[in-house]
Amino acid sequence: MSQITLQNITKRFGTVTALNNVSFEVKHAEFFVLLGPTGAGKTTTLRIIAGLTKQDAGSVAFDGQPVDTLPPADRDVAFVFQQYSLYPTMTVYENLAFPLRAPLRRMKEEEIRKRVTETAEVLRISHLLQRKTARLSGGEMQRVSIGRAIVRNPRVYLMDEPLSNLDAKLREALRVELSHLQRTQGSTTLFVTHDQIEALTMADRIGVLNHGCIVQVGTPEDIYDRPATTFVAQLVGSPKINLLNAATDGGVITIMDSDVHLPACELCTDPANLPCEFILGIRPEDVRPDPAGLFAGEIALTEPLGVETLLHIRIGRQTLVSTVPGISPLSRGESVRFGIVRERLHFFDRTTGVRFSE
Amino acid sequence: MTTSEAVAGGEPLRIKARRQINDRAIQQLFIMPTLVLLILWNVFPLFYSLFLSFTQYSHSGKAPPVWIGTGNFDALLNDPKIWAAFAVTGRYALLSVLSQTLIGFGLALLLRAKFKANGLLTTLILIPMMLSPVIVGMFWRLIFNPLMGIFNYMIGFWNPTTAPIWLKDHALISVVIVDVWMWSPFVMLLCLSGLKAIPDYIYEAAEIDRASPWRQFWRITLPHVAPLLLLAVLFRTIEAFKAFDLVMGLTGGGPGNVTETVSVALYRMVFQGQARTGMASALAYVVLIVIIAVSNVYIWYLNKMKEA
Repeated sequence: MSQITLQNITKRFGTVTALNNVSFEVKHAEFFVLLGPTGAGKTTTLRIIAGLTKQDAGSVAFDGQPVDTLPPADRDVAFVFQQYSLYPTMTVYENLAFPLRAPLRRMKEEEIRKRVTETAEVLRISHLLQRKTARLSGGEMQRVSIGRAIVRNPRVYLMDEPLSNLDAKLREALRVELSHLQRTQGSTTLFVTHDQIEALTMADRIGVLNHGCIVQVGTPEDIYDRPATTFVAQLVGSPKINLLNAATDGGVITIMDSDVHLPACELCTDPANLPCEFILGIRPEDVRPDPAGLFAGEIALTEPLGVETLLHIRIGRQTLVSTVPGISPLSRGESVRFGIVRERLHFFDRTTGVRFSE
Repeated sequence: MTTSEAVAGGEPLRIKARRQINDRAIQQLFIMPTLVLLILWNVFPLFYSLFLSFTQYSHSGKAPPVWIGTGNFDALLNDPKIWAAFAVTGRYALLSVLSQTLIGFGLALLLRAKFKANGLLTTLILIPMMLSPVIVGMFWRLIFNPLMGIFNYMIGFWNPTTAPIWLKDHALISVVIVDVWMWSPFVMLLCLSGLKAIPDYIYEAAEIDRASPWRQFWRITLPHVAPLLLLAVLFRTIEAFKAFDLVMGLTGGGPGNVTETVSVALYRMVFQGQARTGMASALAYVVLIVIIAVSNVYIWYLNKMKEA
């Protein structure tokens, strides 16, 4: 196992800059998730680490050793592709044995059989070993694909949205299995996804990528509780964070187009640090309906999800989304009082979207 | 007033007349001519020649066909000349199909790479396939010509007196060379479509899995293209067993009977010499059976490959 260091990686495709000066580090035995929307450069990053794509500038190092000149075979990485990439003319057994049969390894057939059988057991695909891969379901294919990666004990696992082609139930199940597998094997894993839930649930650390730039690197808690920009704040959390234009006037913060005024003295942020106008971020769970609440609004819409209910509360011309546990008795058109958890407010610059540090 | 009435009355009538031809009738109208032609030109000759193969008959004589049972087949299978013709056909088929497969597949592997003028080159290579075999035979006779042909010069024989006379000394090889020149592009075309259907990410996975280029070829490229390759071989084998036009254009079956394939033997049997129509019909059926047998072996193998 090993650590990965990316230094100032830049990659252009024609006039498009896919990656712009990307630097981050994946520590030994860490589960690192690269999170970002489609087209952010996540897959390109992964391919550059694997050696399938050559970067224009910058350097990739494993354990401090630059691997830029090495072909994919010599980097000893395992790659789990989004589209599975199984060898369709071979059986599951042959697919799993394929990397072990590389001439570089000179592995005995007996050893190969042992490792393939063990891997198949871990992933619960033993009953499929003699099947052709074309006749597998999506979940089975992705298990085989993961199996082909773990069968050979590589230095690094690279996973390119391995769960995104699966249906929701299967995705949840495999998510748990993958996390478990990574913890038990202690493998260095770089996992790419656009799904914030996958990122928050599986990662030791998350790197958020947008337009080819690393926006923030941190633990799931960092990313969720202290998003570096409005982009990150919106990317994680479901339902999305409430972002509202706000203004400060002396000691009072006013949400624009509403009659919500927060006395700034009670806030954890020093109002002197804030400009006149900024963006206020409030997570939906921090908007709490409460008969004794300071603020009044009207329910515009309710979305009962069973485990929780989303309340859209209209205040003036703004709408705040609030999540409350269980099914809420409140219904549309009712007026409601609510409070805001003030320690958990987020402040962002209005033009750059960058967070004001506390 | 009267004219407008006539127009008003005439219009619905015409529509009605057109409507009387219903869909079914239109279907049959389209199908019937083809069906009649098929029966006259294909089905009838098929059964008539089957009947003739059991008779003694010559289309040039006045005598009606005389039923002789399996007499024609007995005679054919005991005729060393026919066996020789089969041997020539077999040798020809083996040599030309093998070379075409290797060269065609090789060309396909080269043309798979992305480079400038790739499309132009592919089109140029495909040209021989589009020519008429008789024309090809005629101009290759010029190319092989020992005095003025370019072939000997190109392979390094500058002196016409010592150079091989291809169509005389190596007649069968000559026919094979021309057939390979003409039909390798066909194999290439099929293989190319198979190669282009292999997704890039499979090679990427193989590269990550540390498979050498050699191993990638044997374990990924070849198994993927194999069904199409086999199909190409099947088509070319059937064609080789029927080889006639190219041979007639190049050597006419000669010298002697060195290049006398079964089809040429058949032609000679009917149209040169005794016009033994009954015997020739029997030979045609023997060829048919052989081709069906060979095809079935391939098809069986193809199906097995798909299942496995």
